[in-house]
Amino acid sequence: MAEGAIRRWLGSDMGLSFRASPVAVASLAVLVLVALSALLAPLIAPQNPYDLKQVFIDKAEIPPIWMRDGEWPFLLGTDPQGRDVLSSILYGTRMSLLIGVAAVAVSMTIGVSIGLAAGFLGGWVDNLLMRIADTVLSIPTLLVAILVSAVARALLPPGLREPFAAVILVASISLTGWVQYARTVRASTMVERRKEYAQAARIIGVSSARIMRRHILPNTLTPVLVAATLNLGLAILAEATLSFLGVGMPITQPSLGALIRIGNQYLFSGVWWLVVFPAVQLGLIVLSVNLLGDWLRDALNPKLN
Amino acid sequence: MLAFLIRRLLNAAGVMLTVAFLAFMIFRFVGDPVELMLNEQATQAQRDELRVRLGLDRSFPLQYLSFVTNAARGEFGISYRNQQDVIVLIAERLPATLELVLVATVLSLAIGIPLGVYTAIARNSWGAQLLQFGSVLGVSLPSFAVGILLILVFSVTLGWLPAFGRGEVVQIGWWSTGLLTPSGRMALVLPGITLSLFQITLVMRLVRAEMLETLRTDFIRFARARGLRARSVSFRHALRNCLMPVITVTGLQIGNLIAFALVTETVFQWPGMGLLFVQAVTFVDIPVMAAYLMLVSFVFVALNTLVDLAYAVVDPRLRQDSVKHG
Repeated sequence: MAEGAIRRWLGSDMGLSFRASPVAVASLAVLVLVALSALLAPLIAPQNPYDLKQVFIDKAEIPPIWMRDGEWPFLLGTDPQGRDVLSSILYGTRMSLLIGVAAVAVSMTIGVSIGLAAGFLGGWVDNLLMRIADTVLSIPTLLVAILVSAVARALLPPGLREPFAAVILVASISLTGWVQYARTVRASTMVERRKEYAQAARIIGVSSARIMRRHILPNTLTPVLVAATLNLGLAILAEATLSFLGVGMPITQPSLGALIRIGNQYLFSGVWWLVVFPAVQLGLIVLSVNLLGDWLRDALNPKLN
Repeated sequence: MLAFLIRRLLNAAGVMLTVAFLAFMIFRFVGDPVELMLNEQATQAQRDELRVRLGLDRSFPLQYLSFVTNAARGEFGISYRNQQDVIVLIAERLPATLELVLVATVLSLAIGIPLGVYTAIARNSWGAQLLQFGSVLGVSLPSFAVGILLILVFSVTLGWLPAFGRGEVVQIGWWSTGLLTPSGRMALVLPGITLSLFQITLVMRLVRAEMLETLRTDFIRFARARGLRARSVSFRHALRNCLMPVITVTGLQIGNLIAFALVTETVFQWPGMGLLFVQAVTFVDIPVMAAYLMLVSFVFVALNTLVDLAYAVVDPRLRQDSVKHG
């Protein structure tokens, strides 16, 4: 059935535009590959870098396999604790993608609800919500995320900081992330609610909540989809930056940003592979997401068709 | 016009009061300031005395009020970590950050504008396509990773440029500058490039979009018909019409650059206020965090307000609109 759905989609207008764009096809292929390898990390990674029984200190700082002292199975070398870099990257990618997707999901849910409420109800609700949105936008988002993250960690007892690190990150990114969704949904809701189908639903006695959810919401989602794709790239970057600055994931369960932070400490001792490979993976993911988002924006823009 | 001016200023003041409230909440409720400032052996009398001196015995609204008035005078208290006046600490670090931001801005204009013009004029050429792709790459690569890779290539491997610090600085009054010494200028190269990378792509895309629009207008066609040289048409006639939005965006972005400089400063151990802030975050040095938040937000809000007011002066429609709604 899934196969049939995919085949149908490939035959649609959007599918045709997708097939005509080698950049979009390549980006999606890279993303699927990266996501699959990250999800299956426990199965396909040569070792579990956080299981002490599988890590050997005498295998420390082995360079990548194509260099003179390279050693099987450490394709991309090992770090000073003897952890396999490729395995760390696979596990780290899982963490980065997980936090990125969760942050987008949370900010999208909050933003769409607020946008619907503001656009549909209008009046003082609209005024209040949009004033809050303006205020959020008048402080640099990176600064907000760092502060929220730092304060949340300071307030939590030390034992809870590591288990909740990912939750704190998602919250601190979503706190500013919802505004964009709220604005786009509000704008289209204000147009949609005046249209005849919405008026008709109201006349036959459908409740406001149901009109919002079942009638207006589906008609506002196209720009949300584009924003969500582009924001996934931003969220992954934000998480990496916070982790690099030391207010994100701890070194016991590192994301790609935390891996780069660790590698950065060995920058001058010639162990370049600790930094370069996680950075390349991070760049590759965000680049693919952005290219896909750009394509989606053009494909869904009726003015360009 | 006056109504618009007042409304816009009130708006800005409201945002700053909200930011001040957030900073105050952090200051007041993350850890007990008294416990953080005194050592373990302090007596109860000493604690009470400090509590009164900090004004923590007063009511909540009064405390907020005095926080705001102190902040407006630039008094943010004593750093928990260095036991120094916060505003003195920040003033010491301010020149380093502003110099970095200045270099990044100049670089972004000097590189971004020509690239934008080129990608617009030769939009289907191989080079322009490559640059367009490169601009997506510039947005996708995290700036800290770019900085680290630059250090790896130009400092660790080639040994051409310093990897950290400001080099030698010259003191001019209270301002310290690295622009006047060779080592100071060398030290600015890598951080400057790292910070400006995103900005270069932004300027390039903006100039390209504006140029594509301008190149279609009649006066450009007429200039071509007059037989002017292509270079003169693109740079002297078309580009000039595109510079207004570029100037606006560059101005607005300065706030963002100051905020983002904290990442670059961490990578290059650049002794600016961003690094001060990141270190303060690690040590939960609340007064420094609160002061930095207030300062950067102030720059942000001030720039936004100025740009809005400038637009209202230039474009009468905005004033009309404000009268109707206000």
